[in-house]
Amino acid sequence: MALTQTYAVEARGITKSFGRNEVLHGVDFSIPVGDSRALVGRNGAGKSTLVGIITGLYPQNGGEVFLGGKPAPAPADRRAWRERVACVYQRWMVIPQLTVGENLFLNNQPLTGAGLVDWRQLRARAADVLREWDLDVSPDLEAWRLTVEQRQIVEIARALLQGSRFIILDEPTAELERREVNRLFDLIRSLQQTGVTFLYISHHLEEIYEICKSVTVMRDGRIVADARLSELPKDKLVAAMVGEHVAGFQPNAAAPSSATSLPDGLTIRGLKLKGVVDGIDLDVRAGECVGLAGLAGSGKDDVAEAVAGLVRPLAGSIAISGKPAPVGHVGAMRHMGVGFVARDRHVRGLFPVMPVADNLAITVLERLGSLGFISPAAQGHMVDGQIRDIGIVASSSAQAIGELSGGNQQKVMVGRALASNPKVLVVCSPTQGVDIASKQALYKIMDDAREGGMAVLVVSDDLDELTICDRVEVVFRGKITKTFKRGWGEHDVVAAIEGLY
Amino acid sequence: MANTPGGRTQSSLLVQRLMMRDLALVPVIVVVLIVGSFVSPAFLMTDNLMNVMQQSSELSILVIAQSLILICGKIDLSLESIVGVAPMFAAWLIISDTMMGGSGVGISGIAGIFVVLGLGILIGAINGLLVVKLKLNEFITTLAMLILLRGTTLGITNGQTLFDLPDSFLYLGTAKWFGVPVSIWIAGFLFLIAGLFMRYHRIGRAIYAIGGNAEAARVAGIPVDRITMGVYIVGGFLASLAGVMLTGRIASVVSSQGQNMIFYVFAASVIGGISLNGGQGRIIGALTGVILLGLLQNVLTLSQVAAFWIDAAYGAIILIALVITRLTGEAPRTK
Repeated sequence: MALTQTYAVEARGITKSFGRNEVLHGVDFSIPVGDSRALVGRNGAGKSTLVGIITGLYPQNGGEVFLGGKPAPAPADRRAWRERVACVYQRWMVIPQLTVGENLFLNNQPLTGAGLVDWRQLRARAADVLREWDLDVSPDLEAWRLTVEQRQIVEIARALLQGSRFIILDEPTAELERREVNRLFDLIRSLQQTGVTFLYISHHLEEIYEICKSVTVMRDGRIVADARLSELPKDKLVAAMVGEHVAGFQPNAAAPSSATSLPDGLTIRGLKLKGVVDGIDLDVRAGECVGLAGLAGSGKDDVAEAVAGLVRPLAGSIAISGKPAPVGHVGAMRHMGVGFVARDRHVRGLFPVMPVADNLAITVLERLGSLGFISPAAQGHMVDGQIRDIGIVASSSAQAIGELSGGNQQKVMVGRALASNPKVLVVCSPTQGVDIASKQALYKIMDDAREGGMAVLVVSDDLDELTICDRVEVVFRGKITKTFKRGWGEHDVVAAIEGLY
Repeated sequence: MANTPGGRTQSSLLVQRLMMRDLALVPVIVVVLIVGSFVSPAFLMTDNLMNVMQQSSELSILVIAQSLILICGKIDLSLESIVGVAPMFAAWLIISDTMMGGSGVGISGIAGIFVVLGLGILIGAINGLLVVKLKLNEFITTLAMLILLRGTTLGITNGQTLFDLPDSFLYLGTAKWFGVPVSIWIAGFLFLIAGLFMRYHRIGRAIYAIGGNAEAARVAGIPVDRITMGVYIVGGFLASLAGVMLTGRIASVVSSQGQNMIFYVFAASVIGGISLNGGQGRIIGALTGVILLGLLQNVLTLSQVAAFWIDAAYGAIILIALVITRLTGEAPRTK
């Protein structure tokens, strides 16, 4: 057995493009049977795409995948994929309306002689499995009633039941309490003893050292390191993740900051929100650009939503230009002077079939005429001005925004936020999925806004986006844990974001 | 960086877009008019065309209602049952002779009209509450409402037809202004108002935004729930108005009043370019859909196609229209 080492997964020369955008550039990746591998990398490094390919979610454009030494099944043969590799995703993959028992034996039910589902046997076997895993739930419980921890165990148990000896865990601890994390780790360790292979994806680097034996680091669609964790100390790991930094909008050099002399812009005191945010103080002065960095789920996006008026805080205050703001109401916050660009424009920003003109003007329609009626001339004037100032490339303002490039869509989103002449501009991951030229243009737009006396808050975990900030505040698990002045080192910021300090 | 093509391309593009989606049916209508004039010399006579328009007027008001709801990303199957139940209830209140199926209350015809409209608003509000506040699925909720109200229409009078109604109650379906039936004036006026409102009023734009991406609308500060609610209420109101007009035209209330209208409402809306996916389509397009269906039925009748085949023709036309709207660039269905 030691002579012929087999691989749970072996991928050779994988390339993958979405549209014209190549996201994986010839990736070679293999995990020997019995290994516990960590897969790390910054957002957009290509981890999810790689996992999608080795679990058969989408086909690669080039290269080959072997699972357990055999070529990967046909893309449509989901059953064959599930027998060889199982992935526990962050989002729900159990079917909430079905019972725990049915979920365990999904598409794999014990059958009677007549080929019908043998419910009695299914329940009995499910009960056995649940006992084996120390899960104190009935097989007849509907799956949506499970806790996150129980649900993950059910998913792992299902994977093993379906014959898979290779399990991928995608950020399994993101929603778990520390005690639950320990229990999950105990479970993983005992499975490691029995020879189950793991691929573990996590942003929490300290967990990786706890649970994994080796690590693969991805950056910009390539694998940049493959090592035993015992040979790769944390600082080297972070260095591999960050890499040589591509020059951003402007050198991230130390600049004299005279922030205290600037007038008040956005002032947050003792902000508590439902969920993770627990007591955040933040100042962004007029004419200042501040970054709010953190992992997904750290609470940084929740802070932005509170400023936008989308959620009502449990405690704490938000003030705009020194005046207390009417929290919990989007229109009122905009009236007070907040412009907001939400994260993920496709879900929360775009009206894809509506023209660019309406997408730009939707929040300021009341200013474009009387009695709620919109004067086409006033709207045209306003929209043409925006298109010119922001440099939106569209065939006309009547073009549906869904037809524009990502960069131009994002410019429209920023244009919409600026349309109400805000005092505070809050932008969440503004350059996500945007080409390099549009990125520079977006940085310029935000910098001009700051120059013009706006308080700009950039909510992001993308180092490139943070370089335009005068100051970066790092949020970890709902609290601000570290502040960096201009001139910060990338490794330090990444380490702070990942919670290494 | 900043390059916006000049106004010339912009206006021609606008014409092009109008031609493609919203007025795609105009050439088809012209074809039907030409064919119709060959089929029967009576077809192009003013009286005949006026008749077509009057018969389409109730349908067209339902089409406005359904279009608003569809653009908002919802659906209302119960509209046709409001056409039946609201006038039936009012007529029942009006008729004082219990032998004739009346209630014995004997309210006036004017009061009856207010009862119809009030009931329409109430039913719209209930639909809205169920869909918006309780977040019930709009399809099954309004389907259940349809069945409930159909049954109620029958139940009120044990299936009897109510007639001998006061002239004031029938006015909107019988009177003429400047030689043109009132119902045509009303339908035309409503199309104008709805078209301008949806195009130029910010609530109209908000309805498009909600139907296009409700989450983005919420983030932009649009009161999504309140507007959706309002759209259902307006839908109920318009349906009851159509009910008053239909009652007036036929001078009685049949227990099957409005039955099957919803199919033609959908047919007209969809071939007129209103997207079932929400956020897309224009009121003027819906108007062309109504006109096309009305003319088509008239031509088919005049050419002595058996009434049994007219429905089949409708079905075929809807299918063709769906294919055309896909080919002329409706955003493809996303999951």
